[in-house]
Amino acid sequence: MTTLTSLARAQAVATGMAQPVCTMRHVHLSDRPLVLVPLVLAGEANAPLAALVGDDPAAGRLLVVSQPRNRDRRFAFAAELAEIVVSYVEGYYSSVQTVPGGRGQDERTRFADAPQVLVPNPACIGFVRLLGRSTRFRRPSGEYAVDPAVPVLGRWLSFLAERAEHPGSCLLLAATDVVALHWASGQSPVEDLNLAALMGWVSPPAGMTGAEAAAAGEDPVTWPPAGPATDPTFDNEVLARLIAACDLPDDDARARHRAESALQAALAAQVAPTWRLMWRAIDLLRGMPPGSRVAARWDADKDAFTSYAGYLRDDGPPQPRRDSAVAAAQRLNWLERAQASYAAQRALDDPLVMAEHRLSGEAFAGPVTAAEPGRLDSSGKRRKLRPLITVVTQDSPRIDQGATLVSPSRPSQQARVISVSAAPLQPGPLQPGPLQPGQVPAQPALVQPGPAQPASPLALAPSPASATAASAPALAARRPLAVVLELAGGMGRALTPEPGSVPEPGEWLCYTTLTDSYQPQGSFPDRADTPWTHGGPPPEYVPADEDASEAWS
Amino acid sequence: MNDLDARLGRIRGDAAPRPHNARTIAALTSNPGCARRAIMDAAGVDKPRLASYLGFTAPFGQSQFAITRGNAFEAQVKANGCAELLRLLREQLGLPIPEVSYDDLEEVGGQRSPLVRHTSTRSLLTRAARAGDDAGTLFDHPLLRLVVGGRHVYLEPDLIAFRLGGRFHVVEIKSFAVIDGQADGDKVAAAAIQSAVYVLALRDLLRETGTGPVDVAHEVILVCPENFSNRPVATFVDVRKQITVLRRQLSRLARIEALVDLQPPGLTFDLELDDAGVPHRPAAGLADDVRAVPARYAPECLASCEMCYFCRDEARGQTAALGRAAADELGAVPTVQVALGLAGGTITPADDQAEAAALLREAARLRQECLGATA
Repeated sequence: MTTLTSLARAQAVATGMAQPVCTMRHVHLSDRPLVLVPLVLAGEANAPLAALVGDDPAAGRLLVVSQPRNRDRRFAFAAELAEIVVSYVEGYYSSVQTVPGGRGQDERTRFADAPQVLVPNPACIGFVRLLGRSTRFRRPSGEYAVDPAVPVLGRWLSFLAERAEHPGSCLLLAATDVVALHWASGQSPVEDLNLAALMGWVSPPAGMTGAEAAAAGEDPVTWPPAGPATDPTFDNEVLARLIAACDLPDDDARARHRAESALQAALAAQVAPTWRLMWRAIDLLRGMPPGSRVAARWDADKDAFTSYAGYLRDDGPPQPRRDSAVAAAQRLNWLERAQASYAAQRALDDPLVMAEHRLSGEAFAGPVTAAEPGRLDSSGKRRKLRPLITVVTQDSPRIDQGATLVSPSRPSQQARVISVSAAPLQPGPLQPGPLQPGQVPAQPALVQPGPAQPASPLALAPSPASATAASAPALAARRPLAVVLELAGGMGRALTPEPGSVPEPGEWLCYTTLTDSYQPQGSFPDRADTPWTHGGPPPEYVPADEDASEAWS
Repeated sequence: MNDLDARLGRIRGDAAPRPHNARTIAALTSNPGCARRAIMDAAGVDKPRLASYLGFTAPFGQSQFAITRGNAFEAQVKANGCAELLRLLREQLGLPIPEVSYDDLEEVGGQRSPLVRHTSTRSLLTRAARAGDDAGTLFDHPLLRLVVGGRHVYLEPDLIAFRLGGRFHVVEIKSFAVIDGQADGDKVAAAAIQSAVYVLALRDLLRETGTGPVDVAHEVILVCPENFSNRPVATFVDVRKQITVLRRQLSRLARIEALVDLQPPGLTFDLELDDAGVPHRPAAGLADDVRAVPARYAPECLASCEMCYFCRDEARGQTAALGRAAADELGAVPTVQVALGLAGGTITPADDQAEAAALLREAARLRQECLGATA
């Protein structure tokens, strides 16, 4: 969160409407997502109570556990859910695509699309994770045998919950996270976890402000909690009585049927508002154009999906209860790199996200005021094409001289910072000569501007304004800065650039230190070489009967 | 002190003071800077009732399913003279417990009055401490006492002070699950701070009775259901940090006088109950009195304080209501109006606002550039 988001929140309060913090959608949205709204019984460890699930807004299927403390009923629920989820997931096995291999690798195939599960909030992702944990070790035979689909469900849910922690993955998403990623509401992030309130800010019903709709969204009677926790008042005043009524001896089938219908109706009324809200959120997000890097991230999800499907086909054991030391360290390293790359990708896609980086000094934007497209660097053995351009910006980049930047619109071209100085009052045609080391201000911009070097054509006579800019980076009366950049790459092989490959004066460009380039993976020991400090090599996982028959009470 | 008591009594009004318990004492640590809450807690004001009367009913309910499960689990762990618990302590925590005596202090000679129970707890614990050997001794339903804001508060640990390796241990039984060695962080934190309250009370008791050198362990024993079962599992939780925080809060509460002196002289949160207990005070006047004491609202209050909806309503338009991140970003800027004024350049920033103002102006320029005139 930055001042930009805080300002957007303030604007939301003032206008009574959520304010956009993105100009495009940064998540992939499936044409046919599976929406899951789960409820659990209070006080129990993830004991499912009900779920409304389906990929069709008009035909969600309601699953209800009429006696949540009964183990058999729970597994019946798991089996029903498995039938829906597993068949939805395996539906994506039907179509494959071929992708060209990377460097020195053969082309490979993967599934052409992947499943996408959407839940209302992060706590529901926790539900998915725990339901996966409580079902993936089960077995279809032996003592406490379960429906064969149950352990498969457990593995898929565990897989989805694990992927949900990967920044940028869209296989399992929480609606509040996605909506809050794109809009700033006039309330706090804590309150944004309530989907009804958040959606109230973003798309209030006609005749209401966002603030009013959000306040209405907090009333648990009209907007029951979006799960997995239920409203305590509903528990005490409605649910307890209905569950007790279902606890009838088997011989009174009709009374029991009546009681179960009443329970179903009550629970349906609890989840239905959230269900509608989920599809409204999906429609809203579908209305935004996707960012250009969304598809590539979804490809990574498809790869992960394909890989796990193959692992299941090869009878791989269920995910361990806890990662081994090496696996945990590797995973953390991977998550960190994914986080950095995801942040960079969103900024490179979206000018409004980039604006946050411009505010923090990692990027700047402005018009090109001068260009020397044909400049050659003849300092080395071979002459190289190294055009210079000058970008004048209102921003306050904290960028070192010599830093390498890229522009989101010209990703294959690197730009090296030659100098940063106060822009002349009337930007005239700059005539920068061949680069001579030492000719440029040697200090990082804004921290301490370089001394005036009147002899150099590059030094644009730092004025008192530039000193002001240096001591108080963002004061109003600050003069714009002129950044001189040396370009390399993306201009063809000749000593004259291909047409259009060097920015021309008047073009508006953004440059940033953020990169989405490949970050090497950290090096970790083999599992068998786990050092004693981390417990030594972990034992091999052997599926145990105990796991399969674990109590679920 | 009498002066202060009288003053706090006036603030509270006719109603009996609402007694503290471990949960409310633990809650004192969550927003220490809030004067409104400190005064209400010190005076023993019935905050849930007050909030409801003002039309801002607190969003805290407890499901009977959760209560049932909690009670059933506790009963299971304590059944047969805590047989299950002893097994855990021996097997899982590896504690040597050669022989056990079990004392239930819920009733003392048929009496359940707090004072009688506390006196009996005191004498039993003192005797156990002086006994000197490592005979493990369990005390069920002990009643401890802690001075909170100059007033004695009775506290009933879930179970037990337990003598072990020359030290007493507090055992806390909770019904949230520990799954593969991990439990919900918020719930563990809440259990830890509640247990810390008991540790403090127990230490006070031992100090008062001059019982040395026996100490109370700063590691409490947390007993929870394991994975998805009802099988209990025991873990040590180190509560040293919580004890420090609590001590600081309690000593602050002891200095409540200074805070009370800052308030308007006629301040009262009295509901003006009639003989039938029906309140008659006009809500508007009451709300004025509540507003006279400054609150420090943050969205985190929504999870812990009964007054939260009232304070949130009052804080509407303040930057602090937008969450900690926004409040930090906008540090010296108190309200949304000022933030927008600074961003738009229509308000001249005060000295301490210069930095935030410059950033806001930049942010406004960037948003406008990216979104066009709509921003």
